[in-house]
Amino acid sequence: MDQRFLDELGAVVAPGGLLTDAADLFTYESDALVHLRATPGAVVLPVSADEVQAVVRLCHRAGVPFVARGHGTGLSGGALPVEDGVVIGLSRLNRILDVDIPNLRVTVEPGVTNLEITRRVSPFGCYYAPDPSSQIVCSIGGNIAENSGGAHCLKYGFTVHHVLGVEAVLPNGDNVHIGGAALDLPGLDLLSVIVGSEGTLAVVTKATLRILRRPEAVLTLLAGFESIDLAGEAVSAIIGRGIVPAAVEMMDRLTIQAAEAAVQPRFPDANAVLIVELDGPQAEVDEQFAVVESVCRAQGATSMEIARDQAHRERIWRGRKAAFAAMGRVSPNYYVQDGVVPRTKLPEVLRRIRDLEARSGLRIGNVFHAGDGNLHPLICYDASVPGQAEHAEKVASEILLYCIEAGGSLTGEHGVGADKKAYMPKMFSTDDLDAMHLVRCAFDPAGLCNPGKVFPTPRLCGEVPGPYRQHPLERAGVVERF
Amino acid sequence: MDTQGSAFSSLAPLEPLMDKCVHCGFCLSTCPSYLLNGQEMDSPRGRIYLMRGGVQDRVAMSGTVVEHFDTCLGCMACETACPSGVRYAPLIEETRAAIERHHQRPLADRLFRRALFLILPYPRRLRLLAWPLATVHVLKRSPRVLAALPARIRHLIALAPQRPAGGPTAGDVPERTAAIGERRRRVGLVTGCVQRVFYGHVNQASARVLAAEGCEVTAPRRQGCCGALALHAGRDEDARQFARDLIRTFDGERWDSIVINAAGCGSTMKGYGELLKDDPAWAERARAFSSKVRDISETLSELLPPRAPRRQLPLRVGYHDACHLAHAQGVRAQPRRLLESIPGVTLVPLADAEICCGSAGIFNLVEPEMAAELGRRKIARLAEATPDVVVTSNPGCMLQMTTHARTAGHTFRIVHLAELLAESLTS
Ligand SMILES: Cc1cc2nc3c(=O)[nH]c(=O)nc-3n(C[C@H](O)[C@H](O)[C@H](O)COP(=O)(O)OP(=O)(O)OC[C@H]3O[C@@H](n4cnc5c(N)ncnc54)[C@H](O)[C@@H]3O)c2cc1C
Ligand code: SF4
Ligand code: SF4
Repeated sequence: MDQRFLDELGAVVAPGGLLTDAADLFTYESDALVHLRATPGAVVLPVSADEVQAVVRLCHRAGVPFVARGHGTGLSGGALPVEDGVVIGLSRLNRILDVDIPNLRVTVEPGVTNLEITRRVSPFGCYYAPDPSSQIVCSIGGNIAENSGGAHCLKYGFTVHHVLGVEAVLPNGDNVHIGGAALDLPGLDLLSVIVGSEGTLAVVTKATLRILRRPEAVLTLLAGFESIDLAGEAVSAIIGRGIVPAAVEMMDRLTIQAAEAAVQPRFPDANAVLIVELDGPQAEVDEQFAVVESVCRAQGATSMEIARDQAHRERIWRGRKAAFAAMGRVSPNYYVQDGVVPRTKLPEVLRRIRDLEARSGLRIGNVFHAGDGNLHPLICYDASVPGQAEHAEKVASEILLYCIEAGGSLTGEHGVGADKKAYMPKMFSTDDLDAMHLVRCAFDPAGLCNPGKVFPTPRLCGEVPGPYRQHPLERAGVVERF
Repeated sequence: MDTQGSAFSSLAPLEPLMDKCVHCGFCLSTCPSYLLNGQEMDSPRGRIYLMRGGVQDRVAMSGTVVEHFDTCLGCMACETACPSGVRYAPLIEETRAAIERHHQRPLADRLFRRALFLILPYPRRLRLLAWPLATVHVLKRSPRVLAALPARIRHLIALAPQRPAGGPTAGDVPERTAAIGERRRRVGLVTGCVQRVFYGHVNQASARVLAAEGCEVTAPRRQGCCGALALHAGRDEDARQFARDLIRTFDGERWDSIVINAAGCGSTMKGYGELLKDDPAWAERARAFSSKVRDISETLSELLPPRAPRRQLPLRVGYHDACHLAHAQGVRAQPRRLLESIPGVTLVPLADAEICCGSAGIFNLVEPEMAAELGRRKIARLAEATPDVVVTSNPGCMLQMTTHARTAGHTFRIVHLAELLAESLTS
């Protein structure tokens, strides 16, 4: 990377805010999707929104691509650096700026972790609803970029339903306010465009989020079943009875074992467990619980355990939330897939996954947000066996095809990133993709903001890895950028 | 200095431990150095990545890299947080040993570290130093003189306890304390180095409480350091020698348990079996020793409900988990159970309980700025709970927290678990 440019970067951030040492850069090679790696030319760690803006301006002027990074827990290579580009790490922008309990909102910097918000507002009986399993560490900036969700999104919605407004630096270095405190704002709804854009439209530097009052009553049921199919039918029956549980999660035997080894949630010895959480006014919860209980019984639940207090509930959720990372206990390596199927197609897709497991010789664990059909198959492999990593990747991608064929989606919450961009044409037509691309180009005509992600093929806007190069058609005067 | 092989080659056998790391990042949010510095290289995940890079020859042992290992407090919060079961302790210990073997630190740094290791692990030398240290409190009142001193010395002065134990043997525990009433246990008491010199009364309180609960307590007079400080600084050979000496001191008697009241020493002593596993003459003895080691809270909670009558202590008590007790030894419930056994005590929860106070062995001496910031944060969280007393189980934590509590003008007491238990004894 050009020394003059590095000097300029160093001049706009506080001391210690520019990393160029090879070993330092090495640790920024990848996010939680480790098989995709690229070494950035520099990492900047701004301590203010102004510094972020100054860095983006410099990149814009010099035509250097940049990638925002929160705490690097993304599972789709969203924060994968561009080789020789700049990584803008937002870990030091980690202040909670305002807690406004009467109006039920908080304003935070993007590096604040998801769980920190709930911790801060819980003395006031409030919480922040979206709860990705990685909430203990993932950043709000990352959540906004990925439109992250979690177990409780079935009832309460994803990140997009909880962001009121953001401040962001556009790829040209302009600072903009998008959205605001009111729930319905005039003009184009740019907020929904930014949320879920995977860092390809802007760098978020501040966010105002909605917090909720804790429900009067919460009740968590842990039920064991003979098979995934029976558990799945229980889910359909519960929802069919008109109940929207706060969460419905399912785990199979392999993932139960992994969680047990990691955090001892004391799950029953079963082929599948279902976690059903109900919340709301006490009377309503009691009424719904009676229905849920009878449904589970009817589906032959082999065990039922009810958590009425916080500690017990936490123990059950610990088991669920540790499930991915706990796979490290039962397999040297694993690949987390993330796909969505219509709930009614769950049994069929799961059957195909089981056949695939038998055929491929790789163990596949299943954890899912059963209520909304969001599957997380975990494909176990051993990277030290030559070829197995590639094999696992193929298996994972075959599962995605099952999801798309069933009328579902190629990602529920982990994003497209660098990992799944090649599948986009399987889900969207060329026209669909072009429409997205037009939006992208409107924000980032030079293609410097997290290039190489989401969109399947390098396109006019300069989706080329490495510093920006003028497009040949552009050079020839055939097209112009917009 | 050893020049055989690459600087990180001794970590190669530990690669399977590194492979357990799935790069999920769950350990970042409780890692004190990541909280302060906000950069990947100062996080557990980043450090493991650097170690692996070192083994694979993709990362060289440069000054920058060593710095990222130096900023690790060894608090093991990452082991608690890791859902994948990564054992970080053996990794960082071996890395530190490799650094000591292969890396030439700047001269001032080397001299400072050497001086620390010539003094700290030797109670008698430490005691000699304790008196001049006490007089330096005068210095605390002369900001101009203070400002002229190097940062590390300044922090050393700031940390010096107000009242080192009296004369040369003051604060020592009698070699034998008989059990009160029927004997239930025979225990050997390890008296520590820093503990013995600065917190002799903690050892005395420990012996009293143990005896009151029916333990016959023996505290061998001529015991040395357990080697924890050396081990955590990568001086593994020194650590092994300290370990052998301590094992020898306690050999020859049949103990039910070997009890320690300093969390850092306890976790090291429980690891002697591992530390000496390649030494055929000592491996078995070390394993046997380790299997008997108990934190004082473990031994006392085995003896609950208390036999000795307790008097009312109407206090709001915050229990601060010492990292080397909670994260390294998994001992969290026992001290709390003991505190709850004191009539009148209300246990108040503390925010950010899993975050280190910044003491961490010699960390507050070699990385004073980071340690001070962690100390300030810890005290702020403690103060929010408005306790009358904060109880902990490690001399380093007591030194660190007392210093920062006083600086911030707080008046709550900071005491060792054994002290509060002793206070609650009626006789
Ligand atoms: C074990 C495990 C479990 C997980 N469970 C869930 C789950 O249940 N639900 C779920 O939704 N996700 C889950 N994830 C994925 C991940 O935690 C989320 O995607 C999270 O939102 C990423 O946050 P981060 O701070 O780590 O972002 P990073 O990984 O650093 O970045 C993610 C993306 O956000 C962009 N970005 C980051 N900050 C900003 C910013 N300030 N402005 C603009 N763009 C930005 C990056 O460019 C990148 O594209 C899990 C991950 C792991 C490892
Ligand atoms: S929590 Fe464990 S597996 Fe995850 S990054 Fe940290 S050490 Fe690695
Ligand atoms: S031991 Fe403590 S400071 Fe070191 S990496 Fe683990 S959590 Fe961080």
